[in-house]
Order: sequence, then C-alpha cells, then structure tokens
Amino acid sequence: MTTTAMSGSSGSGLRSKHLRLADGSFRLLALGCGLLVLAVLALIAIFTTNQAWPAFSHEGFNFITSRVWDPNNHKFGALAFIYGTVFTSLIALVFAIPVSIGMALFMTELAPPRLRTPVVYLVDLLAAIPSVVYGLWGVLYLTVPLGKFYKNVSSLFSGVPLLDHVFRGQAGRSFFTAGLIVALMITPIITSLTREVFATVPLTQKEAALALGATRWEMIRTSVLSYGRSGVVGAIMLGLGRAMGETIAVALVIGSFANITISLFQPGDAMASVIANQFGEASGTFKAALIGLGVVLFAITIIINIIARAFVSRSERVAGGAA
Amino acid sequence: VATLGVTIVAGCSSSKKTGTGSSSTTSGGAATTTVANLPSATLNGSGSTFQQAFDTDAIQQFDSAHSGVTINYSGGGSGKGLQDLQSKLVDFAGTDAPIATADLPKYTGGVLYFPTVAAPITLSYNISGVKSLTLSASTIAKIYSGKITTWNDPAIAADGNSGLPGTKITPVHRSDSSGTTNNFTLYLKKAAPTDWTLGSGKTIPWPGGVAGNGNTGVATAVKQTDGSIGYVDFSDAKASGLSLASIKTASGQAVPPTLDGASAAVAAATINPDLTYDPTNATGPGAYPITSPTWIVIYKTQADHNKGTVLKAFLDFLLTTGQTTIAKNDNYAPLSSNLLQQAKTQLDQIVIP
Repeated sequence: MTTTAMSGSSGSGLRSKHLRLADGSFRLLALGCGLLVLAVLALIAIFTTNQAWPAFSHEGFNFITSRVWDPNNHKFGALAFIYGTVFTSLIALVFAIPVSIGMALFMTELAPPRLRTPVVYLVDLLAAIPSVVYGLWGVLYLTVPLGKFYKNVSSLFSGVPLLDHVFRGQAGRSFFTAGLIVALMITPIITSLTREVFATVPLTQKEAALALGATRWEMIRTSVLSYGRSGVVGAIMLGLGRAMGETIAVALVIGSFANITISLFQPGDAMASVIANQFGEASGTFKAALIGLGVVLFAITIIINIIARAFVSRSERVAGGAA
Repeated sequence: VATLGVTIVAGCSSSKKTGTGSSSTTSGGAATTTVANLPSATLNGSGSTFQQAFDTDAIQQFDSAHSGVTINYSGGGSGKGLQDLQSKLVDFAGTDAPIATADLPKYTGGVLYFPTVAAPITLSYNISGVKSLTLSASTIAKIYSGKITTWNDPAIAADGNSGLPGTKITPVHRSDSSGTTNNFTLYLKKAAPTDWTLGSGKTIPWPGGVAGNGNTGVATAVKQTDGSIGYVDFSDAKASGLSLASIKTASGQAVPPTLDGASAAVAAATINPDLTYDPTNATGPGAYPITSPTWIVIYKTQADHNKGTVLKAFLDFLLTTGQTTIAKNDNYAPLSSNLLQQAKTQLDQIVIP
C-alpha cells in the first residue's frame, strides 16, 4: 500500500520533472523561433539600408521625391517607380477584391457540393502557377489584343473631361496590363483565405438570419460578410503584399518607362521590376540605389501592414460592439 | 584538385608541372585544337550574355575534348561578371565594355583583356510592305529621342528611302540594363553628337517608346507592333526573321549588318595596348558601324596552377577553333587577324604558379 503510493508519487514526481523540462525547452524553442523572425527582419533591414546608404546619402530626400532616374548621370529619383508600384497594385485590387469575394461566396454558400471541390482545387492550382508564366503569357498573347482594346476604349472616352485622361493611351504594355496580370495572380490567394474565413461563420448565425425571413443575399450581407470582415481585410492585405512585391510578371508587361500619370493605358515602371531589370549591370551608387528601392518597398509594405492591422482591429472592435 | 587528368599527349601550353607528356610549346599560331594533357580543374565564369551563346558552344567542345575539365559560364550581365571577378567568385568574366578606369585598382595584380568575337547590333524593323530601309546615325538618334515620329518624315526619305508609309514610329528599347544598349548609344553619341543628347550607358532615360526584356524581348515587341524599330543583336535578329536596316556611314555608304561588316569594323578600330578597342562608328570599306566588341577578362597573375593552365588553354581554344568554326556557326564575327595575333601573343603574359 505505502510502497505503491510511494512509487506512485515518486513516479509522478519524475513525470512532472520530465514535463517541466519538456515544457521549459519547448518554451525556449518557441521563443527562439519567435526571435528568429525578428532577427531576420532586423538583419534584412540593417543590411539593405547599409548597402543602400551611398545612394541615400547621395540623393537625400530626392530619392523618394524626384522622378529623374538617370544612372549614367548619377541621378536616382524613385518617385515614378513608387507611384507605379502603388498604381498597379491598386488596379489589381480593384479587380481582385470583388472577384475573390464573389468566388469565395460561391464556393461556401452557393455552389452545389459536387461542384465545390473541383472549383476549390482549380483556384488553388491558379495560385501555384509561377509568376513568370503569367508574365510570358501576358507579354506574348495579351499585349497585342489588349493594345487594340485600349485604343478603342480611349477613342470612346476622348473629349470626356477627366475620363479622357484616365483612359488615354494604347500601350499593350502598360500600368493596366500589369494590374490585370497581378490581379490574376492575387485573386486565388485572396479567394482561398476569404473562403476559409467564410467557412468559419457559425451555422446558427446564418440560420438565425434565414429564420428571421432574410433572403439569401440578406443573410450573406448580415451574417457572412459582417462576421468575416476582419478576416477578409487580412486576406486582401496579403494579396496586396504579393501585388506590390511582384517582380518578373510586372517587369515583362508594364512597359518599363519611368512615368507618373493617371492614364491607365500608358507604360510605367514599378520598384520590384526596376530592381530585376537593372541589377545585373549595376555597380557602385547605381547598385546602392537599386538596393535602396528594395528598402523603400520594404518600408511601404510595413506601413501598409500597420495600417491594415489598425483597420482590422478597429473593425473587430466595431463588430464586437455591435454584437 | 591536384590530380592530373592524364589523357593523350599533345602539347598546348607551356605548363611547368605536368607529370607526363612532352610539353612542346606551341604558343599562338598553329591550331592546337583538340587534345592536350590538361590537369583537371573546374573554371567558373559569369558576365556578358552577349557572348554567352559563343562561350556555351566553345565550352561544350572544350569540355568534351578534355576529361577532367569543367567550365561553367553563367551569364548575368557584364556588370555582374566584373563584380564577380572583383570578389574572386569567378575565374573569368565576360564583358562588353572595358572596366572603368576608377575601378581598375580594385582588381589586385591587374587584369588581361582577351577579345573573343564581335557582332553587329542590328536595327530590326517591322513596317508592313517595306522591304528595305537605310538609316543614318542622325536619323536613328532623332527616332529614339522622339523627334521623328512617322515613317514618311523627310529626314528618313533623305537617307535614301522612298515610298514609306505615314505609320507612327514605335522605337523599341531594352527594359533591362544592357551592354547592347551601351554600345548602341555609344555609337549614336559618336556618330550623331548634335542629335543624340541622352548620353550613352547601359540604362538610358528614354523619352518614350516601348521596352522589351533582353534581345528577344525587343525582337518580340518589334514583331508585335507595326511601324516599330528596335536594336537587337545579330543572332537574335536572324532567329526572329525580322527585316534589318542598313546603316548609312559617315562616308555616305549604306552598309547592311553582316558578320563580315563587323569583322571589317574590328579591323578598322584602333587597338589599345591592353587590347581594348571601340569598333563603333568605325570607318573603312564595308565596316558596319554599330558593332559590339566583347572580352573575357582574367587576372594576370593566376592563383592556382591547374586553373591557370586550363584557363590559358581555353582562351587559346577560343582564339583558334573558336574563330574558325564556332563563331560563324553562332552568328558572331571572328576577330581581325591583326587583333587575333595580339591576343594570342598576350596569352604568354598570363602568370601561372
């Protein structure tokens, strides 16, 4: 009796000691992984900024406020490329957001079960296509017909104030083409994440809406969309991150011309594609300036993520308050 | 690394330590083409994509003739090649432009330039119904700076073209930084100094037009657009089947882009003591003025016996078999006999431990 109790207690003591050890080492391991992320981020930031310093000190604030990029004469103004990155990403989001949300709703709420699996599978497959394939497809097969299409559209709007400006140009390789290609690339990502968010909406909530006499659209609007809002914003932000960093596909179809204009159908250039296009032959300050573009891109991504995070937490608070 | 790949005996280079085999030194001259008792070594090179097709073919033939020898050439652009050579990541670099004087001290012990081949940079065009086109440097400069915008412009007619349509001109340039752009703009700067104001370099702040990635990207864009013209290296222009413009030289002669024309331009160029030269805007009978040179750059003093020996033999191969067969097969122009002789003589300046 006592012996068993003794052995039992000593056994559990051993076990708990063992557990404590395992717990402790797991904590350390997890902490290490967490810190590793910070360390990698910090190292990237420090290294790139350090490498880019000759260009930053050479140009000062001109680096982000000047639009003159002339490496032969040591002028490195990245404004046109910053603009191009933001502009193409916006075009991409304008197309990708409604389509992605529509596709996610179709897959979670509307599609008959036997159609659901193949559609999900195909969307995931789209996300797995390498970006260079999108780019080559765009440059070889899309640019010519799109150029003709742009020509028609721009003649349609000629003379209309403002729209005349927006739809000016007929370049097959343009902001708009780049935006379209990027939209194609980020749609599957946003769709997949959004679909998963919608799938977590409690059935009871949806049934409650229907029981109150809501139509299917009203049910989607009141329960699915409002419940999933923060998750959808998160998905869009991930898509935006990919859109801004997209390199090769954009480099192939954007037209590579330092340009600041609201005209959709004119060639432009974006930060990541400038780096890809010009890095091979760069040296000295020129190379530093290209790395500087990377630093600026990094900074913009962080800023957008912070804004998105703030937006998500605010909308969560609003949603929480409403509930 | 020190193992000797003992193959078949036939001297090639003046190697000191080779265990077996007679080392009958045949520096330069004779075609010491195939077999040699080279030590086994792996050489790495990177740089100019302009000469990559030539290098790749030459390497393939050289590697298969010498067991134990592996040579890799990875492209990446002239700038990358020189950077890699400077940081001693590679044993040789391919470049289409000489090293900037300010950067030379960074290559400890000095470098040697070995010219390998040359090639015309074509002006490929796509104007429906037009089969022949001649352009002068000043007209090309005006087209690329956006001062001439239609094909029926009087300046184009004055170059000796008649019946061109009023199609809008779309000048196509490179979207990536490129040695081809550098040599093309170098030519415009020299041949049309008043009309070309955008300077020369690997990246140009173009005032407009369409951009393509790489020579093939430019060729594709030209193919896709009626009324377009682009500067494309010779082999890609040939492969794409585009029409090629003749260039009106300073003496008023219209020279079509050919390999012979490029060789003539090399022959007419002034060769510097370090074997750098600039064949653009060369004047001489039949010389095609937009000719691009290219070099392989190595350290004068080699650090490793085996690598140095193989590198020397490889360069010798490029200057012999490379010139006679490989160059023309790949649409490159062989060097002029004068330059070739100087390059072969320079082989003896390589210091091998």
